Amino acid sequence: MKLTINGESHEYHEQLTVTQLLSRLKLRPDQVVVELNRSILAPETHNNTELKTGDVIELVQFVGGG
Amino acid sequence: MQIYLNEKQLHVDQHCTLYELRNTQQKNADLLIINGQPIEYDQPLHPGDRVIMLQRGRHPSPEELERLLAARHTPEVQQKIKQGKVGIAGAGGLGSHVAIALVRVGIGQLTIVDFDVVEPSNLNRQQYFIDQIGKPKVMALKENLQRINPACRINIFNQKIGPENIKGLFGEIDILVEAFDAADQKAMLTNYFLANFPDKFLVAASGLAGYEPSNTIQTSRVSDRFYLCGDGVSAAEPGRGLMAPRVGIAAHHQANTVLQLLINQTAE
Repeated sequence: MKLTINGESHEYHEQLTVTQLLSRLKLRPDQVVVELNRSILAPETHNNTELKTGDVIELVQFVGGG
Repeated sequence: MQIYLNEKQLHVDQHCTLYELRNTQQKNADLLIINGQPIEYDQPLHPGDRVIMLQRGRHPSPEELERLLAARHTPEVQQKIKQGKVGIAGAGGLGSHVAIALVRVGIGQLTIVDFDVVEPSNLNRQQYFIDQIGKPKVMALKENLQRINPACRINIFNQKIGPENIKGLFGEIDILVEAFDAADQKAMLTNYFLANFPDKFLVAASGLAGYEPSNTIQTSRVSDRFYLCGDGVSAAEPGRGLMAPRVGIAAHHQANTVLQLLINQTAE
């Protein structure tokens, strides 16, 4: 499965949900914003959203401080 | 000849002196400035001189302030800024700086929400004063903003922001500035706002702690309506505290992005 994540091409050999992808990338699910094919993905849907080849994903991991 | 009096163009006789101008235009003025220099004796004026006449202790009216801003920023630009309605979620290091920058440029309306009070440890980077310690931040900030430009409409709400009240608080604004401290709160607000307000812009910040190089702080456009300012990685943590200069740089990236959006409907 080919995914474009933050503008870069990535290849995965198995099916992944968004939650599994975040875990692969060691991102904290409560601190990220996920945009899938230009739409914001509600956090409660990460777990049952299956990614498919060609998906374009923008990931923002926030860090603390303000 | 043409001169400028208090930023307004004025035709005067070519032999007109400073004191003659004062006597006809602003008798009570006790501070006279020509081209940036305070002047304490009468002298002839020259074409193009920029004369400022002030009366010490007298506050300029909202109309005068607006005219001064329009003269500085050009009337077309000022009109757009004045129509802007901006929300600020969080009145800490980011939010207090963003609010001050936007009020200085003459924003029409700000809606500021925070539930904290001013603590001594905030003074290392937040725009509050010693005598405001213990006050709710939104009240202290409103006081400070009104001392800068009383013509701006400042709505304040002393409460915690969550999915249950975001629509009520920020339903009427054009652009929201995310100015929280905690990473999960930043993500919560961004997720909720972008999903629920398809016509509004969000300007968030992430990565601004410490004293790493200034130039690693950048503004990026994550998607059509979502801008992010910061270096993306410098979290506040033990050994890397939040400090005024870098927090201020990120906050002013946010404020400038808001300004671009108000004027051009896009930012870079």
